[in-house]
Amino acid sequence: MQDDVVIRVVAKVMIPAVMLFALYVQFHGDYGPGGGFQAGVIFASAFVLNAVVFGLNKGRHVWPAKYNLIGICGGVLIYGFTGVGGMVLGENFLNFNVLSDDPIAGQHLGILLVEFGVGLTVAAVMVMLFFTFAGRLNHIRLLAKSDAHDRVVASKKVKK
Amino acid sequence: MSALLDPILGQWNYYLVIVLMMIGFYAVIARGNMVKKIVGLNIFQTSVFMLYISMGKVANGTAPILTGDPNTVYSNPLPHVLILTAIVVGVSTTAVGYALIIRIQESFGSIEDDDIIAMLDDEEETS
Amino acid sequence: MMQHLPILQVLLPLLAAPFAAMLRGRDVAWGIAFITTGTAFLISIALFLEQRALGTTMVYELGNWAAPIGIVYVIDAASALVLPVISGVGFIATLAARQLVAAEIDPRDHSLFYAAWLLTIAGMLGQVTTGDAFNIFVFLEISSLSAYALVAMGSGRDRRALPAAFNYLILGTVGATFYVIGLGLLYMLTGTLNLADLAERLPQVEETRAVFTAMAFIALGLFLKMALFPLHFWLVPAYAHAPSAVTALMASTATKVSVYVLIRLIFGVFGVEFPGLADAVGLAILTLGIAGAFVGTLAAIVETDLKKLFAQSSIAQLGYMAIGIGAMSATGLAAAFLHLFNHALMKGALFLAIGMIAAQAGRATMGTIQGAGKQIPITMTAILFGGLALIGVPLTAGFISKVYLVRALLEQNFWLLAGLTFISSALALAYVWKIIEAAWLQPRPAGAPELSETASQYVPAWIMVFATLGFGIYATPLVEAAFAAAHVFIPSTMGAN
Repeated sequence: MQDDVVIRVVAKVMIPAVMLFALYVQFHGDYGPGGGFQAGVIFASAFVLNAVVFGLNKGRHVWPAKYNLIGICGGVLIYGFTGVGGMVLGENFLNFNVLSDDPIAGQHLGILLVEFGVGLTVAAVMVMLFFTFAGRLNHIRLLAKSDAHDRVVASKKVKK
Repeated sequence: MSALLDPILGQWNYYLVIVLMMIGFYAVIARGNMVKKIVGLNIFQTSVFMLYISMGKVANGTAPILTGDPNTVYSNPLPHVLILTAIVVGVSTTAVGYALIIRIQESFGSIEDDDIIAMLDDEEETS
Repeated sequence: MMQHLPILQVLLPLLAAPFAAMLRGRDVAWGIAFITTGTAFLISIALFLEQRALGTTMVYELGNWAAPIGIVYVIDAASALVLPVISGVGFIATLAARQLVAAEIDPRDHSLFYAAWLLTIAGMLGQVTTGDAFNIFVFLEISSLSAYALVAMGSGRDRRALPAAFNYLILGTVGATFYVIGLGLLYMLTGTLNLADLAERLPQVEETRAVFTAMAFIALGLFLKMALFPLHFWLVPAYAHAPSAVTALMASTATKVSVYVLIRLIFGVFGVEFPGLADAVGLAILTLGIAGAFVGTLAAIVETDLKKLFAQSSIAQLGYMAIGIGAMSATGLAAAFLHLFNHALMKGALFLAIGMIAAQAGRATMGTIQGAGKQIPITMTAILFGGLALIGVPLTAGFISKVYLVRALLEQNFWLLAGLTFISSALALAYVWKIIEAAWLQPRPAGAPELSETASQYVPAWIMVFATLGFGIYATPLVEAAFAAAHVFIPSTMGAN
C-alpha cells in the first residue's frame, strides 16, 4: 500500500486528526460521553493505520515494542495508585474527594488520572496486539510453506 | 392481529438476542475450526451485550448526559457501563484465544480440532 | 490500616503484578511474587482472626460509596474461611514455584509468568471478597484469563498444553457468559447487582419464569467453572499439561473459588427456601455430585499419568463438595466448606510433590515412580499421606470432611447417598494403592531416570502435608469456622441441624 499516493496522502492527513480526536474523547470523558477505553482504542487506531499504510517496520519505528510493557503496566499503576491516594489521605480506596481541598475538584482530578491510566493501558494493549499478531504473519506463511501442514494432510489420508 | 403480534413485536429485542445467542453457541459447539469457534464465541458474547444494552433503554429516554432540565427522562446508564467492562473482557478473551491459535498453528501445523485430536492420540499411543 | 485490610487483600497482588512484569529479572519477579503472596496470606489470617473475634460481617465501601449504589467488599464467616485457603496455597505454591518454574519455563518468560500468577491469585481473592455480583464476573475473568495464559506456558515442554488451554478458554468463557446472562435477567427483575440487596428483593419476583431461567443460567455457568461432572472435560488436560507449579495452584484453588461463588449465589442470594431451589437445583447438584464422585474415581483408577490421575480424582472430590451443597442443610454446607479447605491442602501437597518429580523426569507416570520409594523417600511419603487423606483415612483432614458429609446426608435420611459416598471413597483406595505398590513394592527398573530430592524441593509439599495432618488431628477450630460459614447462609434455627 506504500505505493498508492491517494492512501498515503489521506493517511497523513487523517492520522493527526485521529490522534487529536482521541485526546478530545479522553479529556472530555468526565463531562460527556467518552473516557479512557474509547480514547485508547481511537489513539491506537492511529498507529495501526500508520503501520497498515506505511508498512510494519516503519510502524514499529514510531512505537517501539519496549514501550508496550511500560505503557500497559504504567496505566494500571496510575489507576491503582490514584485509588491508593485516597487511602493514604485517610479515606477508603478510590475515594477521590480528598485528592483536593474541594471534593468536586478532587473527583475531577481523580477521574482524570484514572481515565488517563485506562487510556494509556488500552492504547498500549491495542498497539501491542496489532504488532504481535501482524509480526507473526511471515512466520506463519513460512510454516504454511513448510511441510508441517502437508504432514497433517498426509496423516489424515492414511487414516481414511 | 395486533393482539397476536404485540407480544412478539413488543419484545423483538429479546428474540433477536436469543437468535444471535444460539447462532453463536452453535458455532462454538459445532465448528471444528478454532478461528470459527472464537468467532462463534464473539457472536455469543455480543448477544449478551445486546441483552444488557436493550434493557437499559427507557421509553422516551435520552442519552444519560445531564441536561439541567429536571423533567428529562434518561436511559439507564448502568448496563452500558457493565457492558463496557464486558466488551473489554471479550476483547481480551479473543486476543488470548487468537494468540493460542497462532501457537497451535505453529506447533501442530493445523487449527482443525479433528487434526489436533488425531495428532494427540498418536502422541498418546507412542509415549 | 486495619480497616483497609479487605481491599489490600485484593489490591496487593493486583498492583504487584505490573511490577513483576516490568522488572525483567527472573529472581526479582519471583521475589515480588513471594513477598506479595506472603503478605496476602498474613492479611487473610488477620482478617480471619478479626472476623472470628468480632463475629460480625465486615463491609468495606470502595470510594466510600455505600451499597447498593457502590461496590462493597464483604468479609463474613464464609469469605474469611476461604481467603486463607487461596492465599495460603498461593504462598506455598510460590515458594515451590522458584524451582519448578526454573526447570519448566523459558527464563525470558519468567517475569510475565509471575505477573499472570499474581493476577490469577488476585482474581480469585477478589471473587471471594466482593459483595457485588458483576464484580464477581470481572474478577472471574481476571483469574481465568491469566489462568489460560499460565496453562499455555506449559507448551515449552509439552505442546499439548496449547489445545488444552484453548479448550479451557472456550469452555471457561462460555461458563462466564452463562453467568452474565443469568445476572442480566436478575438485574432486569430487581434493578440491583449488590448481593445482599438482590437477596432482599428477589422474594418479590419469586415463582416467575425469568427468575428460574436466571437461576438455571447462573448455576450452569458455575457448574462449568467448578468442573462439576459432566462439565469437567476441560479440567483434566488443562491440569495435566500445565506447568507443575500452575497445576498445584489451580488444582487447589481455581475450582474451589467457583464452588464458593456457587454457594454464595445459590444460598446467599436465592436462599435455601427459595421456591424450586431445593427440588430442582439441589437435586441436580446431588445427582451430578455423586455421579462425578464415581466417574472421577473410576477414571483415576485406570489412569497412568500421575497428574491426570489426581486431576480425575479432583473431579471426584468436587463431586463430594457438590453433595454437601446439594444436601441443602447447614451441616451439608459446613461439610462442603470443610472439604473445600481440606482438599486444597491435600491436592496442594500431592501436586507439589508430583511437580518436583515431573520437573526432574520430564513427566510423572506410574513408570517414573516405579521403585522410587527408596530413591526419594521423603517426597514419596508426602504423596502417600496426600493419597491417604484423599481416601479419608482417620487422622487426616480428609476424614473430618467425609464424616461431616455422611452426617449431613444421614440427617436428611439419604441412606443410599451416604452408602454411595462411602463406597466411592473406598474405591479411592484402589488408585492410591496403585501408587504405593509402584513406588514402594516394586524394584526400580534399570535405565529409569535418576531422581533426587533436596530440602527446598520437598519442604513446600510437606508444609501442606503437616497442615493436612494437623487439621485432621485437631479439627475443632476448623469445624467451628466451617459451621460459622455455613450459618451465614442457613441460620442454625432452620433445617435439620
